[in-house]
Amino acid sequence: MSQFSLTHAPHVRAKEDSARIMTWTISALLPAAIAGIYLFGRNSIVLIASSIIAAVLTEYLMLFLRGKKALTADVLSAVITGLLLAMVITSATPWWMAVLGAVFAISIVKHAFGGLGFNIFNPALAARAFMLASWPVIMTTWPRPFDMATGATHLALVKSKMLEMSIMNMPGHIDTYWQLFTGSRGGSLGETSVIALLIGAVFLLVKEVIDWRIPVSFLLTVAALSALFGADPIFQIMAGGLILGAFFMATDPVTKPMGRAGRWIFGAGCGAVTVVIRLLGGYPEGVCYAILIMNGFTPLIDRYVIDRVYGHGIKKIKNKINDKRHN
Amino acid sequence: MKTFKGGIHLEYHKELTAGKPIRDAKEPKTAVIHLSQGGAICQPLVKVGDPVKVGQKLGDSDKLISAPVHSSVSGKVTAIENAPHPSGAVSKAVYIESDGKSEKAESIRNISVREAGIVGMGGGSFPAHIKLNPTIGHNIDTVILNGAECEPYITCDHALMLEEPRSIVEGLMGILNTVGAKHGIIAIEDNKPDAYKKIKDAVGQTNIRAVLVETKYPEGGEKELVYALLKREVPSGGFPMDIGCIVSNVGTAHAINRSQKTGMPLTERVITVTGAVKNPSNLRVKVGTRIIDLIDDCGGFAGNPKKVILGGPMMGITQHTLETPIAKCTTCVLVLDEKDVKLFEEQSCIRCCRCVDTCPVQLMPNFLADYSQNEMYAKAIDNGAMDCIECGICSYVCPTRRELVHWIKLAKAKKAKK
Repeated sequence: MSQFSLTHAPHVRAKEDSARIMTWTISALLPAAIAGIYLFGRNSIVLIASSIIAAVLTEYLMLFLRGKKALTADVLSAVITGLLLAMVITSATPWWMAVLGAVFAISIVKHAFGGLGFNIFNPALAARAFMLASWPVIMTTWPRPFDMATGATHLALVKSKMLEMSIMNMPGHIDTYWQLFTGSRGGSLGETSVIALLIGAVFLLVKEVIDWRIPVSFLLTVAALSALFGADPIFQIMAGGLILGAFFMATDPVTKPMGRAGRWIFGAGCGAVTVVIRLLGGYPEGVCYAILIMNGFTPLIDRYVIDRVYGHGIKKIKNKINDKRHN
Repeated sequence: MKTFKGGIHLEYHKELTAGKPIRDAKEPKTAVIHLSQGGAICQPLVKVGDPVKVGQKLGDSDKLISAPVHSSVSGKVTAIENAPHPSGAVSKAVYIESDGKSEKAESIRNISVREAGIVGMGGGSFPAHIKLNPTIGHNIDTVILNGAECEPYITCDHALMLEEPRSIVEGLMGILNTVGAKHGIIAIEDNKPDAYKKIKDAVGQTNIRAVLVETKYPEGGEKELVYALLKREVPSGGFPMDIGCIVSNVGTAHAINRSQKTGMPLTERVITVTGAVKNPSNLRVKVGTRIIDLIDDCGGFAGNPKKVILGGPMMGITQHTLETPIAKCTTCVLVLDEKDVKLFEEQSCIRCCRCVDTCPVQLMPNFLADYSQNEMYAKAIDNGAMDCIECGICSYVCPTRRELVHWIKLAKAKKAKK
């Protein structure tokens, strides 16, 4: 045996491993989670805690049942799923529903498909869809910030043509934007404060954890199609869970396409489905289903939308005799 | 700043040897000259016991893509047998015991590039005369000299540009005349402003330009450099000559010029010995000097040496023994300390896309590696594995520590075997 270590190149590696990337993602979600706790009170803490704990315990159990070693990355990814799940459900949810949702997310959506890196659908969003189907009334009960009186979300008001009228009255206009921007509105626990979400999103973009193509194409498509259908694009971008979905859910590495062109298509598809559901469909909000539907297209996009490789489609310069040399 | 798509910024560690003057390494007691140093393996022209002189031809081949090898010392042939090769394999080599006199063989007037045994000195080791004789039908307009030196730690080209700028420029002029090209470009990364200035001064008012390129790995890759400078792409499976250019290394141009001036073949080169050694240096080394002699020359190991690499940390090859000799194309002896050597276990892909976003040839390394790991080599080839330049970025950036470039290389090797 040689005293020297023999390995193949490269012999140096980047510092960022998956555990570090996931830690950054968790930190980026914290501002919005804290805003949620501030806005919606004590039950928010209970929901976030029970969801994360349930997700992590389920992760350990599933890894144990599948005979796998629990890596730091696995556990941190479960923390992200738990945290995201708590952020996309209403603060009126009882804690045991969040626990069931987290168990569903980790066991059925993630591990039934092969665990970290192999799931087709975003676990937190799939669990939200599961909860919405199971408990439709509670899951659409939206407490107002601070006073906890329940009311409709902005998107629901638009759906029932109530807010549109108030927007027409100019004084309400800027107030509506301000409400959406700060998060002082009805909605899911972590989706309401646009400013808090953007702080985290900028951090992730700077650290190159998420790709800019998906949120950009997602938001631009929503804005363009909303304008086309006669809705207010700025309102549509800030309302509902679009900012949370575009920066934190659609960019989930596991369930998005790998190619550059594929990511553009994926983001645009998410935007199109969102607008169709919001403006033409039966639900007031469509971000969750839009991302889940596009998740289903990801393998297809990966197979058929392939970026051009360097030097492909380039013609060789041939049959030009260099006159100077042969004269 | 001129650059290419993809790539990454690395920790360069060039400060260990940057700016240090080139010094002559001690004459080796035994030179081990490999018969395989670029192109086909040569047949030995000497027997055990023969006396040889510096510059005497030791082996040659009648294959098209080949270049002869020459003795770098004077003395006696003691053996012709298998020796550890810088590639990690074993290969036939001529062992010469030096008499320390450095007696030179007769110089040859107008020595040809092939007879001088010149190969790509940047690590490619491709016989230089093949590149300089593009097949009829190729209209070469630009010759690019690569002085980017994008691999971390290595400073041998930097040192050469500082000390021999005139020779490099003259070498390039010779190449331009040979191939009938109008433009010459010497590309230097912008972390070497001193070398850029020297080359710019040496160029003067000629048809050669010194150009700064962004300091980014792998800027010195042939395909990347052509794109960065000319915005042309080398066709898949083709060569730069297919799009009217030739890319060569500054070291190669210097070697060509030197052999023309002295009439002597290539027997020595500049290399960097760096990392965990007491006195990291840029050395002018006789081809065939063993690593162990060079480590001694640099004051021995410092700390706990764990890896000895010929080449840079991104593409270099680890050596199991210090008996491996320097070849014509060796650029660097890099010793890594125990604390810098980390071993990782491969985890499953989380599809973060870092490899896709940084690949300098826009491949999808994760999928290619998947195919290769599942022995679907044909599928890996279909998806562009042969376009891989093996720069190692994908493995470097992978947060799950997958050995992506290794799996792609495996698919390429399987294809080559068929």
